[in-house]
Amino acid sequence: MEKFSYVNATSLEQVTSLLSESGWGEVMLIAGGTDLLAELKEYIEAPKTLVNLKTLPGMDSIEADASGLKIGALATVTDIAMHPTIQHHYTVLAQAAVSVATPQIRNVGTLGGNLCQRPRCWYYRDESTNCLKKGGDTCYAVDGLSKYHAILGGDPVYIVHPSDLAPALIALGASVKIVGPEGEKNMSLEEFFTLPAANPFRENVLEPNEIVVEVSVPAPKSNTRSFYLKAREKGAPDFALASVAGVFAMNGKTCETASIVLGGVAPAPWRSKEAEAALTGKMINESVSQQAGSDAVKDAQPLNDNAYKVTLTQNLVSRAAMMAAS
Amino acid sequence: MASWGEASESRLIGKRVTRLSGKDKVTGKAKYTFDINEPGMLYGRILRSEVAHATVMGVDMSDAEALPGVKAVIPLIEVGKKLRYQGQEIAAVAAETDDIAKDAIRLIRVDLEELPHAVTEEDAMADGAPEIRDWPSNQSEPNIREDGDLEAGFAEAAVEVEATYHTPVQTHVCLETHGHVAKWEDEQNLTVWASTQGVFGVRNDFAQRFELPANQVRVITEHMGGGFGSKFGPGVEGHTAAELSRITGKAVKLMLTRKAEHLVAGNRPSMTQHVRAGATRDGRLIAYDMKGYGTGGISSGAGFTGPYVYHVPNSRAERVNVATNAGNQRAMRAPGHPQGAFGMDSLMDELAEKLGMNPLEFRRINDPNEVRQAQYTLGAQEIGWHRRNRVPGSGTDVKKRGMGLGSGQWGGGGGRGTEARVTINADGTVEAVTGTQDIGTGVRTVIAIIVAEEFGLAPTDIRVTVGDSAPGLPSGGSGGSQTTPSVAPVIKTAAAAAKQKLFERIAPLLEAPIEDLRVGTGTIYVVSDRTKTITWKQAAGQLGMESISEGGTWDEDLRQGGAAGAQFAEVEIDTQTGAIRVIKIVAVQDCGLAINRLTTESQINGGVIMGLGQALLEERFMDAVTGRMLNANLEDYKVPGTLEIPEIKSIVFDTHRKVTGVGEPPCIPTPGAIANAVYNAIGVRIRSLPITPDKILDALAEKKA
Repeated sequence: MEKFSYVNATSLEQVTSLLSESGWGEVMLIAGGTDLLAELKEYIEAPKTLVNLKTLPGMDSIEADASGLKIGALATVTDIAMHPTIQHHYTVLAQAAVSVATPQIRNVGTLGGNLCQRPRCWYYRDESTNCLKKGGDTCYAVDGLSKYHAILGGDPVYIVHPSDLAPALIALGASVKIVGPEGEKNMSLEEFFTLPAANPFRENVLEPNEIVVEVSVPAPKSNTRSFYLKAREKGAPDFALASVAGVFAMNGKTCETASIVLGGVAPAPWRSKEAEAALTGKMINESVSQQAGSDAVKDAQPLNDNAYKVTLTQNLVSRAAMMAAS
Repeated sequence: MASWGEASESRLIGKRVTRLSGKDKVTGKAKYTFDINEPGMLYGRILRSEVAHATVMGVDMSDAEALPGVKAVIPLIEVGKKLRYQGQEIAAVAAETDDIAKDAIRLIRVDLEELPHAVTEEDAMADGAPEIRDWPSNQSEPNIREDGDLEAGFAEAAVEVEATYHTPVQTHVCLETHGHVAKWEDEQNLTVWASTQGVFGVRNDFAQRFELPANQVRVITEHMGGGFGSKFGPGVEGHTAAELSRITGKAVKLMLTRKAEHLVAGNRPSMTQHVRAGATRDGRLIAYDMKGYGTGGISSGAGFTGPYVYHVPNSRAERVNVATNAGNQRAMRAPGHPQGAFGMDSLMDELAEKLGMNPLEFRRINDPNEVRQAQYTLGAQEIGWHRRNRVPGSGTDVKKRGMGLGSGQWGGGGGRGTEARVTINADGTVEAVTGTQDIGTGVRTVIAIIVAEEFGLAPTDIRVTVGDSAPGLPSGGSGGSQTTPSVAPVIKTAAAAAKQKLFERIAPLLEAPIEDLRVGTGTIYVVSDRTKTITWKQAAGQLGMESISEGGTWDEDLRQGGAAGAQFAEVEIDTQTGAIRVIKIVAVQDCGLAINRLTTESQINGGVIMGLGQALLEERFMDAVTGRMLNANLEDYKVPGTLEIPEIKSIVFDTHRKVTGVGEPPCIPTPGAIANAVYNAIGVRIRSLPITPDKILDALAEKKA
């Protein structure tokens, strides 16, 4: 990696002020470092300054009450996976958290880092390949090897968003608190992520001088059932070939509301309003769940090597729906 | 005739003995090459090509040389020469820290004129393909083998199968990457700690390279983190480490990065074979016609077996080596066999199905090997073969189970060329020294067991020295599953000779003829009068200021080549996600006398796990456009982890009491067995490894349509 200076953060004001000194990539934030360190070692990023967020007080808490959850951006993935309230009432989130990487990575990787992690694309991660995402003019996945790439929302950059926590949190209706030099703002986590058509270089709407500080999750209704299904080639560690976060309010076998968010298939966590519509108000059975599955992928445009993801995603959505009704 | 004696007489041989180095390994005390740190040691790094094909127009090392902490920069390719694959060496540095070395190689400026490349077999075989080497063609002359009368064979066939089977390039993934610590003691003496499978081969190579007398080069490999056939010579990295050390006068450590390990440290060549085969109505394999090719990258050697194991009277096999702009192949655990066996065992199942025959029965008819015939019976019993799907893919469950089997054959008979000494000291301590190396197989413990058995001692009583050329007791490289059958007979005869010498010394004391002396447990006694007994220590005490030190000779009556194997796999497929879970593998491995049953089982387990990786996970992805390997890491080059490893029933099938090596053969039948189990589960055949969820889902979708 290239040389950088290292600053221990003392306050959010200091952090945003450091970030405001330059554009993307000069000053970078580090918490668990499980993604960033690899990017530094492989010369994908070469910041002048690293700001260590772990010294910020109080940002790693998880508060749970009747209204919902407030999770600090520095809470580790293990904190989330092991939290009893999350395990009981926000099952999809606990399942997503425990599916992340390995125990060692979960112990240091943070919520904020998980949401803001960069793509795993093998062209993007190769220093010598100047792909579209890095300012070049080609997304090499289009004509190259695309087994792990996007089937939805890809144009013009066919990366997939690697986060497991994001689909689960979006399905739970989470919002994110962002702090910048002008103060804080809240937005739904769904709106936080962007597609390459809007910005091929970033995966979210953060400005270079902003930082994610907290995620809030409203308490699910008591009749909620939720699941995170993750398909991968290897038990662990492995990123999702496709994943589905499903949150269902159920009345017996009837689905009152459904929230379906896909991971590993699009450059952002992909909310499938089509699948939700196919399930809402319906008595869930084999054919309804299959309809939801096929509706979820009806706009899919696979590349050369990833048509299987269409089938896989379809089956995972159907399976989640059937699990909700069982 | 020398023999290992009867099983009933053995106290240690054939039993389960804990690896002597086990505790050191799990506590981190064991020192691998990577762990060697010499005072004032420098760190070496190599700048490698990131393009697959180019002419070097210039190399400017001045900025690297100027970087503080850099002690040497050397070119590794001449201007005007061609780089022919990603990873090829351009220049190297030695610096005070590894970080400085890493920074320094990035300061070397290389001027390249890029040339068109072909990194896939298809691109290299296409009309107008770029010239990859200075060879007449990217494709070798076909290697053709013919037997019998193919036309007559097909005329006799009642059923035929025609199919194409493929296995991709696989890399060795040695957990300890290739590398060395080189240190010139003075101008004429070089010491090298090497992560190698061949201490003496590496010593001789360095001696030749640097024009030194062989006895002035010392190579040490106390512990070794995996080689699998890829670590026989110093390679460019070894020569570079020694050269950097020579120039700087300091020890230099140069270990490959994980990326370089994938790119340049060897691989198992790919295989694509198109085969047409026929069988008679009564189940005799009668005709086999195969045309295939593979790539070993820039080198040749992409051969594979076929027909394999089973008897076929009429056959023709035509193989072509395809050169590509990629790192060269090296021997990898049973070279040529696992890929050939996958093709053959898939074909056997396809033919059996056409005949409506149980695949096990079809093999019984066509396998001439009696050992394997017995293994089929045992393995089928252990896996519960009767429980398998009668109709492949039948049933309506989302998760479907299936069973399959595969076969393998290997040599592993060992050979001459090992020198060893067994020494009894006057205080009763015992030393065994030989120049072999323990590459993880457990030969260190095997040596201790043999000596301890001979002397009536415990394996922990024997101090074993291996992996060092300094004692001047050469042994061959650890390849071809030859180590134990080469080393064990020499140790055995050396120990027997030393024992005889000791008996000669103490016979007068015990007032008995030498031939009446026997070892007990820590004692020596007279067989005709058991009241006459002394402890081992007392006996050795008779040596006074002397020691007994005896060499041994290789005795071919103590070893035997030929190791048959059969494996049965049970798998479960999630038909909605394509996920494959191997539930159980039964590995029945012919091995003759297993000197240490525990490490023999470990060898089988390891082979099965490696075969499982080949079957389900491992594939080198080359990008045709950029010419680079896309997964030169352990994230996207996937190897089995604990969650992939099923119940493995390793059966040591010891049919005789002569030593046979089994390092390689247990990885051979696994991919075929798993592939056949997948077919039995879902009723669609995957003819290309690895069998990943995408292939399962695509195949199921195709079947549905």
